[in-house]
Amino acid sequence: MKILLAVTEVATVDDAFEIEGTEIPDQYLGTDLNEWDEYAIEEAVQLQEADIAAEVVTVTIGPETCEQTIRQALATGADRAIRIWDEAFEAVDLLDVSTKTAILRAVVAEEEPDLVLSGVQSDDDSWGATGVALAAAVDYEWAAVVNHLAHDFEDGTASVRRELEGGVEELTTVDLPAVLTIQTGINEPRYASLRGIRQAKRKPLEVYGLADLGLEESVAESRVRLTAMSEPERESDTTVWEGTPEEAAGELADLLRKREVVQ
Amino acid sequence: MSDILAVVDHRRGELRDVSYELISAGRGLADATGGDLHLAVISGTVERFAEKLDREGVDAIYTVDYGEEFNHGVYTQVTTQLYDKLAPQYVLTANSVNGIEYAPAVATELDLPIVTDAIDLEADDKTLTVTREIYGGKVETTVELEGPAICTIRTAEWPGGEGTGTADIEAFEATIDEDALGSSVRGFEEVGGGDVDIADADVLVSVGRGIDDEENLELIEDLADALGATISASRPVVDSGWLPKNRQVGQSGTVVTPDVYIAVGISGAVQHVAGMKGSDTIVAINTDPNAPIMDIADYAIQDDLFAVVPALIEEFQ
Repeated sequence: MKILLAVTEVATVDDAFEIEGTEIPDQYLGTDLNEWDEYAIEEAVQLQEADIAAEVVTVTIGPETCEQTIRQALATGADRAIRIWDEAFEAVDLLDVSTKTAILRAVVAEEEPDLVLSGVQSDDDSWGATGVALAAAVDYEWAAVVNHLAHDFEDGTASVRRELEGGVEELTTVDLPAVLTIQTGINEPRYASLRGIRQAKRKPLEVYGLADLGLEESVAESRVRLTAMSEPERESDTTVWEGTPEEAAGELADLLRKREVVQ
Repeated sequence: MSDILAVVDHRRGELRDVSYELISAGRGLADATGGDLHLAVISGTVERFAEKLDREGVDAIYTVDYGEEFNHGVYTQVTTQLYDKLAPQYVLTANSVNGIEYAPAVATELDLPIVTDAIDLEADDKTLTVTREIYGGKVETTVELEGPAICTIRTAEWPGGEGTGTADIEAFEATIDEDALGSSVRGFEEVGGGDVDIADADVLVSVGRGIDDEENLELIEDLADALGATISASRPVVDSGWLPKNRQVGQSGTVVTPDVYIAVGISGAVQHVAGMKGSDTIVAINTDPNAPIMDIADYAIQDDLFAVVPALIEEFQ
């Protein structure tokens, strides 16, 4: 089978930061491979090693700077990568779920994967909706928040567990082709080997714009607009113990004695 | 085009709390748009559910008696058909594991914009303004859109709807295309049982991502020993396989309400907080002053856990 792996580079923000308008200045931001996607990548690589997946292709919506993150996925085992970017994206501060769905739909139509894997959500924006929205758009079946995937696909189905709230798992059978959104903890993501990192540099990474995918520029115009950004109001009456670690620990120890947790 | 349609959540014979919260959120929007609040109850014992949901501010409840448990295909088809019938301005669902498994599909089918995980909603006659969190709760944003939309609301952000209502309860004759249902639920399983039930503990020392390495857990064990406390953890520690699932506090793990909860190196993501905010006294030890846990805590130490925890152990030796 062929697997399409949606990989996202996320923004990370420093402990101390400032907000200017609807942006956090670059100096406070870093980048990382989306944590949920690490698990989706590992799942795909395991299916590859088990000779179930013949080809694993990654797809990423992002500017050139995220190629380093894409190479991380290639170093772990994916065969080739697709990156989608367009000048039209640079003028907008938010690509909403419909926009991302329209882009990925065109990629799925081109690649015709049997299985699409993505993380449940991204670390930064936490929309958690594109996988399911995509499945409906390409008429694939789907399952969200998958924390176990059986590595046999009998009768053209996938057998999954979905992690519900409160320590309950749902056991579900899903027809292929399907989109699965992968929950953290489904496996133990590996580190890329040095050999993998070397090989990744030579693996194909194709870049497409909207026109290449047969899409209009208007796709970039999200119906959802970002209008404000702020630090959450601090409503709490938290008592912060200041001083050296020893002094602060002393305060906590006094509280625990007072509460008769410890004599 | 000013009505609100809210689709409720239930599981294994029980309405989930967020269903009542959808009434408050939906009523608030309906007041702003000047429309009616419609609820939809899909699958399960729908009439029993409808009676419970008939609370103040609900104008109509549509029941669809098809199957017992959540199936995303059924929910997608029914919600789409109800949308066509009612032409609501906004559709609301829970941002639950099941809510996010069909709301985005409804958005695609109806070509509606979707905004997920709302913590506040405001509307006027043309614009919907949604407040949501990014960067794990460190930053709050508002997004706006015009025209009809679908929105998922975070659990436990709105109060549950109360009182007794006078809603019209009506069976909605949905047409379910069974050939299009490509997934089936085979059953459910309770997970995370084991030697210790962290819900029983009076004092929990809870460890998070800040511990960095499995070897460093020894420090937490020493602290728990010194305090006679039980060890629990946030999700990343369990995902890494450093502690078993039965130690996980949070939405997908165990909900705990100890006398004292000491969060060590835990940022306090919303899924974690859902599992421990009922603790009597919460203490946080974290280097990041903007970590959400620092607001929820009654007492906080903004410092390196590797300096604070040894000093604390020392206090009790």
